[in-house]
Amino acid sequence: MEHLTHDILVVGGGAAGLRAAIAAVERSPKLSVAIVSKVYPMRSHTVSAEGGMAAVTREYDSLDSHAYDTIKGSDFLADQDSVEYFVKQAPHEAVQLEHWGCPFSRDPDGRISVRAFGGMSVKRTLFATDKIGFHLLHTLFQTSLKYDRIHRYDEWFVTSLLTNANRVEGVTAIDIRTGELFTILAKAVIIATGGCGRVFQFTTNGWIKTGDGMALAYRAGVPLKDMEMVQYHPTLLPNTGILITEAARGEGGYLINKDGERFMKRYVPGKMELGPRDIISRSELTEIKEGRGFEGRYGSYVELDLRHLGEKKIEEKLPFVKELAEKYVGIDPAHDPIPVRPGQHYQMGGVHTNIEGFTGLGGLYAAGEAACVSMNGANRLGSNSLTECLVYGAVAGETVADYVAKQPTPSFGNPVQGLAMTEETRIYDVLLKHENGERTSTIRTDMQKGMEEHVGIFRDENSLREGCRIIEDLKKRMTNSTVDDKDRVFNTDLVSALELDFMLDCAEAITYSARARTESRGAHSRIDYPKRDDTSFLKHTLAYRNPNGPRMEYLPVTITRWKPEERVY
Amino acid sequence: METETATIRVARYRPEKSEKPYFQEYKVPYRKDTVVLDALNQVKAEQDGTLAYRWSCRMGVCGSCGANVNGVPKLTCATFLHEFKGKSLTIEPLANFPVIKDLVVNIDDFMEKLLKVKPWIIRDKQSPPEEGEYKQSGKELDRYAQFSSCINCLLCYAACPIYGLNEDFLGPAATALAYRYIADSRDQGKKARFPIVHDLEGVWECTLIGECSVVCPKGVDPMLAIQKTKILGAMEAPKTMLSPEALKAILPRGGE
Repeated sequence: MEHLTHDILVVGGGAAGLRAAIAAVERSPKLSVAIVSKVYPMRSHTVSAEGGMAAVTREYDSLDSHAYDTIKGSDFLADQDSVEYFVKQAPHEAVQLEHWGCPFSRDPDGRISVRAFGGMSVKRTLFATDKIGFHLLHTLFQTSLKYDRIHRYDEWFVTSLLTNANRVEGVTAIDIRTGELFTILAKAVIIATGGCGRVFQFTTNGWIKTGDGMALAYRAGVPLKDMEMVQYHPTLLPNTGILITEAARGEGGYLINKDGERFMKRYVPGKMELGPRDIISRSELTEIKEGRGFEGRYGSYVELDLRHLGEKKIEEKLPFVKELAEKYVGIDPAHDPIPVRPGQHYQMGGVHTNIEGFTGLGGLYAAGEAACVSMNGANRLGSNSLTECLVYGAVAGETVADYVAKQPTPSFGNPVQGLAMTEETRIYDVLLKHENGERTSTIRTDMQKGMEEHVGIFRDENSLREGCRIIEDLKKRMTNSTVDDKDRVFNTDLVSALELDFMLDCAEAITYSARARTESRGAHSRIDYPKRDDTSFLKHTLAYRNPNGPRMEYLPVTITRWKPEERVY
Repeated sequence: METETATIRVARYRPEKSEKPYFQEYKVPYRKDTVVLDALNQVKAEQDGTLAYRWSCRMGVCGSCGANVNGVPKLTCATFLHEFKGKSLTIEPLANFPVIKDLVVNIDDFMEKLLKVKPWIIRDKQSPPEEGEYKQSGKELDRYAQFSSCINCLLCYAACPIYGLNEDFLGPAATALAYRYIADSRDQGKKARFPIVHDLEGVWECTLIGECSVVCPKGVDPMLAIQKTKILGAMEAPKTMLSPEALKAILPRGGE
């Protein structure tokens, strides 16, 4: 098998990965950094973020206010040191992005505009109409092109981490175009592969969001933290799961039930439509359960009403919402309300890291949605995640640049070479050649249905027990799966099978972690344990991979200045 | 909403099986809200896992899923099956690109062109972020905003007859992105980009057919960017392009 060598490998080419790569080459002028991504970086799912990115940039605002909003939003499960570092670095990262060319929307005085967002007590969300993710991603990607020391492996799929004596020394990766497996050696690896939303059936996440990096770390012995904390966004288009941005409510949109009522008055009267996402999603389901929803071809829904904003404001501030509503629902939001319902959007949990992005396994770092640096706790506030990718992507890149300066270059000997050969056998001799097994698409569909039904917005012991059983059963079925496509060249069937295998690990960690947390906090809502329980659960879940289901450990929450209090809006 | 059945004809190319491309037909269920990509996904999941194509966001912004649908470059996630009711529906890889497999095309050429136009802010002196943002008025933003909306889906290259004849032509998206930076009030890199956009294979190759702007799913008007770049070039030429070679490059090339 051929092998390649770099100082640093970044797995994933979205916001966190690109920011990390740029930070690393800027930090140290000699490093060779490679981004390995299963898609061209500009296809990364960062592209779909819409509403904005939070940072304190105005005189009326303060870092403490941003920190407190974030911590309260997290239902006090966020590590407060991580949040404090985040809010402090956020303005710097926002200006840096602006200097790199991001086409932010502007106020008449030329400053970057800000808008209101859920759970934020003042306007602090910077935006570029309603396409911040797209603009942020393309700005970062195009900026990354000016550094010739950032090498790229576009459309390469990482299949495993290669470890040697509690240290990562590289990865195995398929060059999808040729189907050839390579070993890429590196002194350090940064995981920046994003979330795992595709384990669910109804999600805003793109097809590529299969939790690859989470599973890679999990398999290498690193724990996945707080995986039970799954964010359900309140406004997805029924059927497709296309996201309608929270900015629609930030700009003044209403949520209404079939009686024409702004029903949020019953749940968070102080915030109304700008409550945090966990509470709004639950409120929508409660309205539906109590018979005040609308019935449609794709089940029950509520409506997002933007009519009173008028055509001009919608055109100016929410052009993408207009485009999506027109194209995919056939309505003009200036004249008709948009049908919406809650669905999976974001994974608060992820690869356990400290504030520098370090995972505890030598040389392995993580940033962005794939990581859990514990700044989002049990519920992330909208518009914090893009900023998180920048802040913690930059931290990981800089930290790793310093770290690798003192590390020797790994050599292509054992055990790494042996692990790579084993991986080649697993993929090409076992999976690719296996005949007459079950098609992977049926396993995928059953996983997504099972997660949707049993590990959704409301959970209890019975549903979660069933969820665990289903996942274990699917893992067994996976060992007898068959891919139709036996070719080497651009075999998306094979890549999908490997992704599904990764997703099953993520689904397992989510479900077992959820079952073990017998309280309700943030997005994790247990019907059988409706109260938050700080005595037993003011702590992070750590799920370690184990053949018979994960082993659970717990880690205390870091509290600096804000004592946990009841979360009332 | 009723479910009906459509027959789609998909171009297949599997280099390990045969040198020759061929067509394969599939029957797929569809409703009023089914897009072409849904049909491909139905085939892949339920009928034939060997079919290869790219996709991700399914909301018209990642730019992965372009294909020629009945000969016209389209995002398959934003093209509805019912629009073709009663007609045949043929899905082929984006024209003008080498095919890797089935609907997957090789976009190396565009990636090189993107790099060539230096798509990043160039300034004589960088200010540190601590000094705050570069101010920009709404008017200044408007000068480049539409050109920054390019999602790199490459439908414009598939539609461009000039690119079809001359793959060295810089082409619509790369020029639009070059102009996006040239027109940005924060950028000072006009001089660095001029030799690239005004090269022999740059904007002067374009004969203003305008197919690029017609097929763009994001309302970008690459032809306008090309026009504006030509005008800027013509204005700057006396100052910056005095070499005979460069002058030749910006002169009309009728008769060639």
